[in-house]
Amino acid sequence: MATEAHAAEGATGYIIHHLTPLSVGEGFWTLHLDTLFFSAVLGGLFVWFFKMAAEKATAGVPGLVQNFAEMLIEFVDSQVKDSFHGHSKLIAPLALTIFCWVFLWNFMDLFPVDILPLIGSMMGIEYLRVVPSTDLNATFAMSISVFCLIIFYSIKIKGPWGFAKELMFQPFGPWMLPFNLLLKVVEEIAKPISLALRLFGNLYAGELIFILIALLPWFIQPVLSFPWAVFHILIITLQAFIFMVLTIVYLSMAHEDH
Amino acid sequence: MSINATLIGQMITFALLVWFTMKYIWPPLFDSLEERKKKIADGLAAAEKGQEEMQLAEKKAKSVLKEAKEQSSEIVNLAQKRANEIVEESKEIAKQEGDRMILAAQAQIEQEMQQAKEGLRQEVAALAVNVAEQILSAEIDKAKHQDIVSKVSNQLG
Repeated sequence: MATEAHAAEGATGYIIHHLTPLSVGEGFWTLHLDTLFFSAVLGGLFVWFFKMAAEKATAGVPGLVQNFAEMLIEFVDSQVKDSFHGHSKLIAPLALTIFCWVFLWNFMDLFPVDILPLIGSMMGIEYLRVVPSTDLNATFAMSISVFCLIIFYSIKIKGPWGFAKELMFQPFGPWMLPFNLLLKVVEEIAKPISLALRLFGNLYAGELIFILIALLPWFIQPVLSFPWAVFHILIITLQAFIFMVLTIVYLSMAHEDH
Repeated sequence: MSINATLIGQMITFALLVWFTMKYIWPPLFDSLEERKKKIADGLAAAEKGQEEMQLAEKKAKSVLKEAKEQSSEIVNLAQKRANEIVEESKEIAKQEGDRMILAAQAQIEQEMQQAKEGLRQEVAALAVNVAEQILSAEIDKAKHQDIVSKVSNQLG
């Protein structure tokens, strides 16, 4: 269907069109409105659902909503307890937020690739990229926030001097100071970059394959897109889970005093 | 695919979401979970305790029942014994009474016989006198005499 609509631009044009965000502004001060809009809506959805469960929360027999929310909470809590041994009011809610939000971002990938852009074009919006995790800004925003928390907790728990010592004197002792520093800094910097790029790469590739499938003749599309979508249910959950678990692990490393 | 101000917007959204979750979502849900856990643990403990108490009560009930059974059988035995005694006693009394009655009856019979004998004797005496009178009055007529004698003897018979 969409193939004909974009026939003039060709397959490449169709792909590029699908991967171009709706943006305003120039240079660095460009805003990707679609990313901001969809992630805010999904965040609102997440908060609304859990707030509803939290308001009706009872220690008695839980309702359906509370049951589901509690299932997620227990799941996240067990993950946190497995890798984090300190006491923190932040980490578990942070992990829950990351898991649910990233999952909802990724879930947008399961909408047929043309539906939301089609509705958008009816409303006069030319470009619409609906999956926030295919935007590097979204994934980096999250991973950089996590990175800031890692640095914050490292300094808070170990003290500025303790953290600096760890950067300088480990793993090879004081005689290899510059080398240690380089190694440590790379290690720390690699954390947010790998977090953001892993999520982005997986979802970008997944979206790209959906778009490629959409370019095929209509009778082949379901044969390919159905298994890919089923497989993607696993991918989107797994990516959300990995982001959450790695955040917990990184933060628990920041809490450990050597 | 460039990094731009969207990043900042996303970071703000993320911070808000985390703050909201930390403040309003996690604590009530987690507390309710913990509370339920505690409730269930308490309930299980209470159930276990109740079961133990029940077993104890069952044991006690059994022992009480056993005791009661023993007591009741003892009572039954005693009652049987007592009943036998009563029967024996009443048999004895009845026998005595019977003997006494037989004796009394025999005594009465004896007495009555004595009386009858006495009466008979008197009657015989009177008869004898009567006969003698008759004989004496009819001494003259031999035939008559004979006749009277046979009459008297008939009377006697």
